Amino acid sequence: MERPLTQHIISDTSVRNLENYRKVGGYSCLQKVLKSMTPGEVTNVVKVSNLLGRGGAGFPTGAKWSLVPMDTVKSNLPKYLVCNADEMEPGTFKDRYLLEGNPHQLIEGMIIAAYAIQAEKSYIFLRWAYKKAEKVLRTAIEEAYSAGYLGNNILGSDFNLDMHVHSSAGRYICGEETALLNSLEGKRALPRAKPPYPALNGLFGRPTVVNNVETLSWISHIVEKGAEWFKGLSLTGTGGTKLFGVSGKVRKPGTWELPLGITFRELLEEHAGGMIDGHKFRGALPGGASTDFIVEEHLDVQMDFKTVAAVGSRLGTGTMIVLDDKTCPVSFIHNVEKFFALESCGWCTPCREGLPWVEKMLSSIEEGTGKIEYLDLLSFSAKYMSPGNTFCAHAPGAAEPLQSGLKYFHDDFVKHITDKKCPWR
Amino acid sequence: MSLEVRMVKITIDGKSYEVKAEKNLLETCLSLGIDIPHFCYHPALGSVGACRLCAVKKFRDKDDTKGRIVMSCMEPVTEGLIVSVEDPEARSFRASVIESLMTNHPHDCPVCDEGGECHLQDMTIMSGHTYRRFDFPKRTYVNQDLGPFINHEMNRCIQCYRCVRFYRDYAGGRDLNVFSSRNHVYFGRHKDGTLQNEFSGNLVEVCPTGVFTDKTLKKHFTRKWDLSNAPSVCVHCSVGCNTIASERYGSLRRIMSRYNGAVNGYFICDRGRFGYEFVNDEKRIKTVMLRADKGAELEPINDEKLYSNLNQSFSKKKNITGIGSPRATLESNYALMTLAGKENFYHGISKKEYLLTKTISDYFLTSGIHTPSLKEIEKADTIFILGEDLTNTAPMVALAVRQAARNIPNEEAKKNHIPLWNDIAVRELGQNEVSPIFIATTYNDSLDEIAEKAFRSSVHEIANLGYSIARNVDEKAPDAKSELKDLPELAVRISAALLKAKNPLIISGVSNGDEGIVDAALNIASVLRSKRSNVMLSMILPECNSMGLSLMPGTSFEDLGNKESDTLIILENDLYRRSGNDFVNDLFKKSSQIIVLDHLNNRTTEKSDILLPAATFAESEGTIINNEGRAQRFYKAVENKNQVKESWKWLVDFIQIRESDHSYSWNRLDDIVESLANELPVFSKLTKYMPDADFRMLNTKIPRQTMRYSGRTAINANIAVSETGLPADPDSPLKFSMEGQQENPPSSLVPFYWTPGWNSVQAMYNYLNEPDGSMKGGDPGIRLFEPVPAADNKYFKPEIRSAEVKKDELQIFPLYRIFGSEELSSMSPSVSQMIQEPSLLINEKDAVNLMVNDGDLVMLEILNDKIKVKLKIGYGVQPGMAALSMNLPGMQYFELPGSGKFHKL
Repeated sequence: MERPLTQHIISDTSVRNLENYRKVGGYSCLQKVLKSMTPGEVTNVVKVSNLLGRGGAGFPTGAKWSLVPMDTVKSNLPKYLVCNADEMEPGTFKDRYLLEGNPHQLIEGMIIAAYAIQAEKSYIFLRWAYKKAEKVLRTAIEEAYSAGYLGNNILGSDFNLDMHVHSSAGRYICGEETALLNSLEGKRALPRAKPPYPALNGLFGRPTVVNNVETLSWISHIVEKGAEWFKGLSLTGTGGTKLFGVSGKVRKPGTWELPLGITFRELLEEHAGGMIDGHKFRGALPGGASTDFIVEEHLDVQMDFKTVAAVGSRLGTGTMIVLDDKTCPVSFIHNVEKFFALESCGWCTPCREGLPWVEKMLSSIEEGTGKIEYLDLLSFSAKYMSPGNTFCAHAPGAAEPLQSGLKYFHDDFVKHITDKKCPWR
Repeated sequence: MSLEVRMVKITIDGKSYEVKAEKNLLETCLSLGIDIPHFCYHPALGSVGACRLCAVKKFRDKDDTKGRIVMSCMEPVTEGLIVSVEDPEARSFRASVIESLMTNHPHDCPVCDEGGECHLQDMTIMSGHTYRRFDFPKRTYVNQDLGPFINHEMNRCIQCYRCVRFYRDYAGGRDLNVFSSRNHVYFGRHKDGTLQNEFSGNLVEVCPTGVFTDKTLKKHFTRKWDLSNAPSVCVHCSVGCNTIASERYGSLRRIMSRYNGAVNGYFICDRGRFGYEFVNDEKRIKTVMLRADKGAELEPINDEKLYSNLNQSFSKKKNITGIGSPRATLESNYALMTLAGKENFYHGISKKEYLLTKTISDYFLTSGIHTPSLKEIEKADTIFILGEDLTNTAPMVALAVRQAARNIPNEEAKKNHIPLWNDIAVRELGQNEVSPIFIATTYNDSLDEIAEKAFRSSVHEIANLGYSIARNVDEKAPDAKSELKDLPELAVRISAALLKAKNPLIISGVSNGDEGIVDAALNIASVLRSKRSNVMLSMILPECNSMGLSLMPGTSFEDLGNKESDTLIILENDLYRRSGNDFVNDLFKKSSQIIVLDHLNNRTTEKSDILLPAATFAESEGTIINNEGRAQRFYKAVENKNQVKESWKWLVDFIQIRESDHSYSWNRLDDIVESLANELPVFSKLTKYMPDADFRMLNTKIPRQTMRYSGRTAINANIAVSETGLPADPDSPLKFSMEGQQENPPSSLVPFYWTPGWNSVQAMYNYLNEPDGSMKGGDPGIRLFEPVPAADNKYFKPEIRSAEVKKDELQIFPLYRIFGSEELSSMSPSVSQMIQEPSLLINEKDAVNLMVNDGDLVMLEILNDKIKVKLKIGYGVQPGMAALSMNLPGMQYFELPGSGKFHKL
């Protein structure tokens, strides 16, 4: 089984330095691109490969790039490429693995992506807590500059690119690409209304592409080996492998690069080693905290964007949080909703006012003071915060574990209220 | 500007409409009279989609029955759009938004200053939310002391973000911001302190709840429904913003902005809003005072005794001299002129100010140059400001220039197909673009931050820059020799920008007291006019009726020279603010009897032999002409008490005494206006201006009071048990009553905004053709200057003036302050707290040479006058120059520019 993204991450240090990365073929793709490919050709390969964004939304990367205007009008310059490395989705730690383990793979991917959209400046917007990744990236970028992969006239071509690491101030909402752009500009991290999309009106009002770490890490591989190779990697038609992860009461929590389309069961039982003895699987948030619960009956579903969506959830980041029978589901959901309430940016009403209300009701139920009408109110709140009603996807994301939790763990909620206490305490 | 408006057909709740394409759905519905509740959208601020209250259902096509919820403020109006406002799901979502806002909004309406004119109350009712389901504690905040104007009560905040968007994005303020996040966002300052922006008072109207309320109203609080209101016009600068003046129990309670689509739009400055308090001053002149003989004290007298005295003063044998005022109405000035005779009527302004304003008004009458309204200033794409510190001399013009600075960025947005109402996207895209705005002033200007280039020098060099620009455009225009090396290059740059512009605008004025600056500004306008037709020229004048006075016959009172008078009548004017002490003292010595009409005591009233209590703007009807040449009328909000009378009424009385053999037929204001229009052709349009006192709606006058006005029969019960009758009020089409038609009076006669369901200022939508557009029936005011065919270019030649200054002396220029430099507002307690002590700005190098520090107190000598001032170092003042606070309360008059020196105290 091929593991293109992680094959060279053996120990902490192996490919981090430029020499080792070059030894395994690093930057050869960049050379080829700059010598023999037009920006349009690069975009086209990525488009044909059907690489779907690995940040969670699964938007086709090539399509995103194609929206960037390629005429050189003053109001279109400079263009920007931004790497979203603000990995703050609860339970998700896949980008960190790539950032710390193979920074040059990301940098090379970014240079090729920047070339494809003809961006002159690029930023890596990094989660504030990723201190080690920051150090690794800064060193790698310095190496890339010294080796002529960054800066002016890269590898003798007329392509110029600067790259900066921006260590963020630490807000979940910065993972939303437009809030990220505002934050990068030094403004409050509020999402922007779309349209206009960042591809036209992005960083500092200029055309900008924002891609996830894992997405950008794919670029050199896809351009090097072709779209067909990429498509063949997955068990479904989507294409590629994906970094999956599991946390919770499992024997071997961790992250693995596996083909898109493996089943939940395979991930859980083979790779994560199954549940710890004495714990039973009750459900899981399959792709981070902002996805709907899956339960026992879904374990044989294939992990891909479409297949997971078909059972009412989302693949998201592909890193699942497992709920076991020794953990109170109300407390679990309360914890998740508290996180979302605290991370609301405060811009739109349903999110700013709705989430704290949800959090208070859940807390009250968990404490044994909840009322039975809260269950209707919680369902109402989940609908109130649905997509379109809110300014961005934050509150709808928060509504996902809530609405599915109310469905799958209804009896547990009722028991809390009728017994006036948490059965797990 | 393209006049072509694209129309599209849309369907709202099954009805089709043909509407303008470039609007969003919310403003379209509001224009059509379809109520959609909303908070964060404001017509002047655009849409941001934050509050989610304006949700409606949008359908893909006719067959789509499910539809989806969209925010109408963010929905472009496109051909074939099908929406439903009444859709049950959309309605219920809107109610949910209110419900969730109410989880934290306190239930303190009965003690909240906003109650009764609260947008949140209106929207709550409109949305249909009633029962509370939230049973947890509410969030609370700490409030801040924001200074003398604004009260802060953060618990009431519903986080619509309008305040910061107005304060920061629209008005350029820095010290109000949004802090923290989630459901704990906080709108305030980083710490307690007075709000620094000159437009902070608009927060009161922009805020949809009671977070920001009027602190001066709080001192004598009255609910909106209990106020008696009159359409008024601001008297605190030459711009003439429209206001609403509100009364209860005989005192003026507050000033609010009154919409005028051509002038101030939704906003007014803080001097205009809070300067009103002088009207209620305890020290107002309330009774007639008489000095029995020179040397005696002024004593109050009754009317009978007054008129027996006046019979002598105004006998035909006596020669009378009248001194008019730029802060008195046209009618009062004209009545004085009629009383004294044209040849004996003088303008109560310095010779220099007379010369400058006369030059300007003559130029406007003959040149065919267009004087822009504030709205037109906002449309200018290149602006050159010559010598005027707009933020302090005409604040609302500065605010309009700030909006004009967005025109080039807005063009970028249009090119990118981003609708201009999409506020954040437009600002995001345009953040690196600025419009060409050039500012030449003697000291740093707060508009510098939006200027492409700011130029600092002496008034002499500022004028030189102006002359050079004119010369660059037309070589027939005279040039001036500058001593500055970089000036020619800058002149080339500015003239090129002006020539390139579609809507170039020159702004200048008389505040520097410099002919060169005024002449140069007019020259630039003339040369541009000769090359193109659409140049605009805005000249800032000192006072609310400076323009009106300058259009009347007569010259400066400084031209009185040795003329002696039996009776000297001074109309609403403190001459010690207009000329040096010696001159004014001498003038008074040459007059046997001095009659002064004014509101408050000042150095001139002290010298009067007969002092007459004159009604303020709030207590009278009257017409004033703003710097644009727009005649506007204010109406009485407060009934006159004691012996207070409108100046023109006093003067009409005097005329009747003097002309007792004629039967004078001036019985009311309209009669004077008619005579004025007949006698002085420049004012001939005045009679066409607006409904006269005979105007009736539904057979009755327009009520000043809302239909919910309380205590009508009991309000005077402490004086008399029987209900007092309505005051006669013959001069206006308004009445002091709640009876009559409450909705949609003529645009110039709007006493308050109200329509069913809309009790807050947002009721304004129903008075406008479209949000931020013109008023139904046209915007108030009539312009006296209309473009005439271009005259031959006559250019003003620069006088050979030496900028030489005596050794060891500094050139001194005037430093105007929004708070303090205007006479009447300075007497308001709230404004007086904002007045800084007299100061002198000097250059850093001079400070080093003269061995003085910032904050030092020094004695400044200009000619024979001395004044104690505080030094301030820096502020862009050039070496060898200084700027001196102008006309602050208690300061004597200095003729500036001048030169002087100081020594440390």
